[in-house]
Amino acid sequence: MTGDNKGNGPFIEIQDVSKYFGDFAAVDSVSLAIQKGELFSILGGSGCGKTTLLRMLAGFETPTKGRIFIDGVDVTEQPPYERPVNMMFQSYAIFPHMTVEKNVAYGLEKDRVARDEITRRVDDILKLVQLETFAKRKPDQLSGGQRQRVALARALVKRPKVLLLDEPLAALDKKLREHTQFELMSIQDKLGITFVVVTHDQEEAMILSSRIAVMDRGRFMQVGTPKEVYEYPTSRFVADFIGTINMFEGTIVDIDGERVRINCEETASDLSALSEDPPKRGSTVCVAVRPEKIFISQNEPENTEDIRLSGVVEDLGYFGNLSLYRIRLPGGKIVQVSAQNRRRSAERFLEWNDEVFISWRPRSSVILVD
Amino acid sequence: MKKRSRFILSILAFGYAFLYIPLASVIFYSFNDSRLATVWGGFSTRWYGELLRNDQVLESAFLSLRIAFTVATLATIFGTMAGMALSRFGRFRGRTLFSGMITSPMVMPEVITGLSLLLLFVSLQQLIGWPAQRGFGTITIAHTTFAMAYVAVIVQSRLSAMDESLEEAAMDLGGRPLRVVFDITLPLIAPAMIAGWLLAFTLSLDDLVIASFVSGPGASTLPMLIFSKVKLGVTPDINALATLIILFVSTGVLIAWWVSRRAQRQSG
Repeated sequence: MTGDNKGNGPFIEIQDVSKYFGDFAAVDSVSLAIQKGELFSILGGSGCGKTTLLRMLAGFETPTKGRIFIDGVDVTEQPPYERPVNMMFQSYAIFPHMTVEKNVAYGLEKDRVARDEITRRVDDILKLVQLETFAKRKPDQLSGGQRQRVALARALVKRPKVLLLDEPLAALDKKLREHTQFELMSIQDKLGITFVVVTHDQEEAMILSSRIAVMDRGRFMQVGTPKEVYEYPTSRFVADFIGTINMFEGTIVDIDGERVRINCEETASDLSALSEDPPKRGSTVCVAVRPEKIFISQNEPENTEDIRLSGVVEDLGYFGNLSLYRIRLPGGKIVQVSAQNRRRSAERFLEWNDEVFISWRPRSSVILVD
Repeated sequence: MKKRSRFILSILAFGYAFLYIPLASVIFYSFNDSRLATVWGGFSTRWYGELLRNDQVLESAFLSLRIAFTVATLATIFGTMAGMALSRFGRFRGRTLFSGMITSPMVMPEVITGLSLLLLFVSLQQLIGWPAQRGFGTITIAHTTFAMAYVAVIVQSRLSAMDESLEEAAMDLGGRPLRVVFDITLPLIAPAMIAGWLLAFTLSLDDLVIASFVSGPGASTLPMLIFSKVKLGVTPDINALATLIILFVSTGVLIAWWVSRRAQRQSG
């Protein structure tokens, strides 16, 4: 549907691209390969360079160094109006002096598509985003969600090889955002267009994407599927940026095959963790474990394989479906634990200052070096 | 509370009186039958008739309008270009200098502007024989130089309030830069351009000092004519002329207000 993928190489290829503004490196030697039909997210905080990277894909910025290929064609020097790429802007950038219909038709008119074909394609795409009854409206008569769909329709109607989305859902309220997330995914699925999404919202990136690149200070910290990035972060930054995580600083004291023993000053006993490629003995590392991987109980757990620590409930929060606990270890370290509230009344609920045991399996944690 | 509002109202009334009593008296005395401009002699429209029979007045009024129209159009074209350069071309070399030079005619005393332009025209004439005589052409050039400064400022402020991603979106959809200017930028800044045109028109119509410097024999604009007539004493036909100008200008202001209100409503 979106043209031939020449060869079997990646559909979008970013080769060692840097962008300097003066001395400041907004994007710093980034390389990336995105496959055809992917829904790829670039995730990072504000000022991490993610928008600059997107703008280089769209053609609004020229890389200081490096090349960008789309479908095998070097587009590095191509101006935006010649690229097979369309963008959905964060502000939506809907032309205020044109009707919805005119907005959507604009791109086709610039391509000198025949009049009746324009009408047909505009109708089709407006149907797809469920705006067919709003065709004659002016943008100021639309709600935020409707504007978002106009922007989407306008960017999709040219059937670009790649659709770039800059914070597509940031301007919507929570309920609408959730709804639109799934709508975006189903549209992407239907049209098979490669999506590149820039977002600061990790939840949005997790739900939407086939793969995520986590970006910080102009560099990629990790690229992987949402699951990889969440379950197996490769750096403290990624572990901390995505979701909540408990980190224990320590030194490796023993390595036995995959099993690594870490001496940690913050805990009473050594921690054990698994690593396929463990760092050297004596190196300083960090054991990271997600709150939902930790079990909490009032009785001492029996499994001796597990890491077991005791502490008191410092604070707790009830969220309906789950409860969050902040457990203070004897050394003062706070560990966050989340537990599903499966039963309503069988167990006594934990209260403040209760003595509890927390435990987790060695394979639930990851060892982080950076 | 009641007392204070009465106080405020009286200040308001005083302010309006201060602004409009002189204008009202001009309009009032334009219907005066008496030959003396300040003595009431009964209602009459004879001075309007006399005005219309006065070729000198009509000629300079027509000259002023022609100049104002040309100036407003030229100033809008150049001013819009300058405003776009200032707000859309990023930080090019010499931007600060350019910006300062664009706006300096606004703060430059008119006497200086007029004098320097006169010197320029005179030396140009000696060097290349142009302008052969001073009049419509020289006044138009002189007025355009300072009127375009106002247009540039109005257009620039409108452009900087406008979301730049609108133009980027148009380019992203396949519009070449020049096409985007006509498709997106100009329609969106049209209200600012109309306001700029009207302002330039009024400024040109209004100007006495610069026009006096750069015009030559036989070419006097309406303000120049009025000023020279008043030197010989205020005649009632001047009142009639002033009334017509007030009518003309207020119509212009009303149109400008209507256009900008409509544009504001449209942009939400």
